[in-house]
Amino acid sequence: MKKEILFSMKSPFRDDFNIYGYTFGSGSKSLAIIGSMRGDEVNQMYVCSQIVKELASLENHGYLASDVSITVIPSANPFSMNIGKRFWTMDDTDINRMFPGYDQGETTQRIAAGIFKKLENYEYGIQLASFYMPGDFIPHVRIFNTGNDYIEEANDFGLPYVMISDPTPFDTTLLNYNWQIWNTKTFSLYGGTNQKIEGMATKHLVNSILRFLIKKGMIIKRTFDPACVSETIRESQLKVIQAPSAGVFYKKKNAGDYVRKGDELGRILDPYEGTLKARIYAYVDGMMFFTHDSPLTLQNTPLFKIYGSE
Amino acid sequence: MIQRIFSAELPVGERLLIKKNVISNGTSSKRVCIVTGTHGDELEGQYVAFKLNQLLSKNLDSLDGTVEIYPALNPLGIDSITRGIPNFDIDMNRIFPGSLTGSMTEAAAHYIVEDLKGADVVIDIHSSNIFLREIPQVRINVNLKSQLVPLAEYLNMDFIWVHEAATVLESTLAHSLNIVGTKTLVVEMGVGMRINHDCCNNLIDGIFNMLKHLGMWSGQSVDEVKKPILSEADAVSFINAEKSGIFITDTHNNREVKKGECIGQIVSSLTGEILEDVLSPVDGLMFTLRAYPVVYEGSLLARVHRFETEK
Repeated sequence: MKKEILFSMKSPFRDDFNIYGYTFGSGSKSLAIIGSMRGDEVNQMYVCSQIVKELASLENHGYLASDVSITVIPSANPFSMNIGKRFWTMDDTDINRMFPGYDQGETTQRIAAGIFKKLENYEYGIQLASFYMPGDFIPHVRIFNTGNDYIEEANDFGLPYVMISDPTPFDTTLLNYNWQIWNTKTFSLYGGTNQKIEGMATKHLVNSILRFLIKKGMIIKRTFDPACVSETIRESQLKVIQAPSAGVFYKKKNAGDYVRKGDELGRILDPYEGTLKARIYAYVDGMMFFTHDSPLTLQNTPLFKIYGSE
Repeated sequence: MIQRIFSAELPVGERLLIKKNVISNGTSSKRVCIVTGTHGDELEGQYVAFKLNQLLSKNLDSLDGTVEIYPALNPLGIDSITRGIPNFDIDMNRIFPGSLTGSMTEAAAHYIVEDLKGADVVIDIHSSNIFLREIPQVRINVNLKSQLVPLAEYLNMDFIWVHEAATVLESTLAHSLNIVGTKTLVVEMGVGMRINHDCCNNLIDGIFNMLKHLGMWSGQSVDEVKKPILSEADAVSFINAEKSGIFITDTHNNREVKKGECIGQIVSSLTGEILEDVLSPVDGLMFTLRAYPVVYEGSLLARVHRFETEK
């Protein structure tokens, strides 16, 4: 294992801003994994730390294939995490919306450029990602639909779902979009929620990455982990249930629950009087893919996303 | 007449309300919309909206057509000094044209676009953020140059920046309206969280000048508006900090600078060192200058429009 500083910058008042990378093996650039780019992506960093620990052990025991090189970047934004902010400490810009970056540009453009330079030319890329609204996802792999021909390889993670989504103009500055435009087969892994390290969701993600490494022959080791057969779906296939009114949100179903048409999914209560304002019901049978997980909801908020049919 | 263009329930005893004031007179069907308050830390538009409301109401007989004033597209942001949309950590000017199947803010964006569509001209007023001070300017996507520059020249601005197209900017309000044929001009001026009355008054004169040229205004207006400098074909040089520290300067924007001229210094408050002399790389008009002193490597310090000889 080689630990090195991939990007460094002086701060006016704080310690140096450093992004560390851990590299295993010295063969061709096989896989890069990046964890948190936002300060609340604690689980994403934690999953990477577990992969670093596993890879160090596997390498020491001779289980790493001879011709590979795997780099893991647990955190690209320790400054924000240390002060409890999601975005960049000074100007609230989002490193993950600055790709491919610009090394003569603004601070977060420079950070993005520094990261991207290190991530270029890997055959595979994995980003531990997060959503912009508070919510809990079923663990899944997500790929942008940019005419790529490697979607089937996402099955090698052995997660229940592979989600194909169409990029919006706003998405064209994300790492995962640019990474695949630059010919790295890129996968975003989602699962759990921000600011928390959750037991099973975290284990699912760690195991899925190890499974992928074994499937790709980067780790020479038998797996005793029974992967499932992934189902590939498109984001447009999810049935979205929005909040008909605002108030206190009481959730009765979680991501990963199988629900049937007519099941009560949650309730919205009056915040002052405690009375019932709305019951939310499933109008399809299917798998709960995403749930809103804040105790409050605004009107129109997508509270549940179900993969299913009527 | 005050109208609501969007209303939705917030969790605790309140509604999100986006409103406009419709000021109408005469027989003309022409409609000009003034929108602002997309970013909650940009306040120049508040003064412009106030003065326009006041002047139009007092001189209604001089108006032939409709002026609609939308002072706060992001009312929760303005009210909480939040640049983006509270609860979502997202820039409102990156979610247009919105969606009815998305969150509350995407629904709001949808209704805003639907309400503005079909106007003869929309003026989308922004300040800078808290970090940069800008001279009064109109920013135009190069693909819309021929349609929008003539309109922008009415606005009494100092500067028109015709910039390159970028895919990410397709999520802005101005793009969403321009692609459906509603001519929309983006105005930038001043600095975040402050109001510069002179800049605002110049724009107000410009708006009345535009209304006059559209045949909608017969009242008092300036005889002649400023002839803005037109910057196109990538004639803007960016000056970014090469060191982290405190940027100190005794100069101001909206002036000519010479190549090699020192426009400020980055210093260390811990050691007393001068870490960097910040020099202009070109001869030109400095139209942007940093207002917030703390800088990191890469922080934007200034933008200079290069004069012809530098091309």
